[in-house]
Amino acid sequence: METLWTFAKAFVVGGLICDVGQALILHTKLTNARILVIFVVSGALLTGLGLYKPLVDFAGAGATVPLTGFGYSLAMGAIEAVNRYGWIGAFSGGVARAAAGVTAAVVFGLANALLFTPKAKR
Amino acid sequence: MNRQPFSPGEYRALVARMTPKSRFLRGYLRAFWVGGAICCLGQALTLWAETLHLGEVTAPMFTTGVLILLGTTLTGIGVYDRIGKYAGAGSAIPVTGFANSVAAPAIEFRREGPVTGVGARLFTLAGPVLAYGIATSVLVGLVYWLGKGGAA
Repeated sequence: METLWTFAKAFVVGGLICDVGQALILHTKLTNARILVIFVVSGALLTGLGLYKPLVDFAGAGATVPLTGFGYSLAMGAIEAVNRYGWIGAFSGGVARAAAGVTAAVVFGLANALLFTPKAKR
Repeated sequence: MNRQPFSPGEYRALVARMTPKSRFLRGYLRAFWVGGAICCLGQALTLWAETLHLGEVTAPMFTTGVLILLGTTLTGIGVYDRIGKYAGAGSAIPVTGFANSVAAPAIEFRREGPVTGVGARLFTLAGPVLAYGIATSVLVGLVYWLGKGGAA
C-alpha cells in the first residue's frame, strides 16, 4: 500500500512537471533547447532556495527524473561539497554529483550513434 | 430530427472555439501520463537499486544511468522520436529526453564522421544544458558559501 502511494506521488508530480514543459511548448515560441536549459537552471535555483529538496523528499523519482532533477543534483552536489571543502567545493561538487548521468549520456549516446544509422524521416 | 443548421460563420466560430482547447487539453493529458509513467519507471528502478544495497547517493545515479541507457537505445532504434511526437514534453522533460537530445543529433550527423560529426553533435543540446546547469550550480554553491559566513 505504501509502495503504491510512492508510485502515485511520483506519477502525479512527474506528470505535472512535464505539463509545465508542455505549457511552454504550447503557449510560447521557446525552442526545445531553451526549454531544457530553463528546466535545469530552474531546478538548480529552486534547490539553492531550499524549495526543491522537499519536493524530492515527497515525490522521489517524480522530482528527480524530470530535468529539474538534474539541476537539483548539480546544485545539491555544489552545496554538499561547500560544506565539506569550503568555497572550492562550489566548483567541484555539481559536476561530481552529476558525473554518472553525464557520463552515461555521453557514452551510451556515442555507442548508439556508432551502432545505428539515421532513420528515414516519416 | 429537425435541427437548426449552423450558418458558415457560426460554424467557423465554433471550430475556432473548440479546436485549440481540445488540442491543448490532449497535449497536457499526453504529457502528463507519459511523463508520469517515465517517473514511475524511475521510481521502480530506485526501489530495485535499494535491493542491490546502493546508497542514497548512488541509487539515483543507477536510476539515471538505466533511464539514459533506455533513452539513447530507444532513440537509436527510432522509437523515441515517435514517443516524442505523441507525448511532447512528457518525453522531452524526463532525463530520457535529455538522453534523446544527446543521441539524436549524433546519429543524425553520423555521415560527417566520428569526430566532427558524432563527437561534436553529441553536445548540440547537452552543451547548453551542461553550460548553464553547471554555471548555476557554481553560483548556488558560492551564494551558499557566502550565506554560511564564507568560512573555509
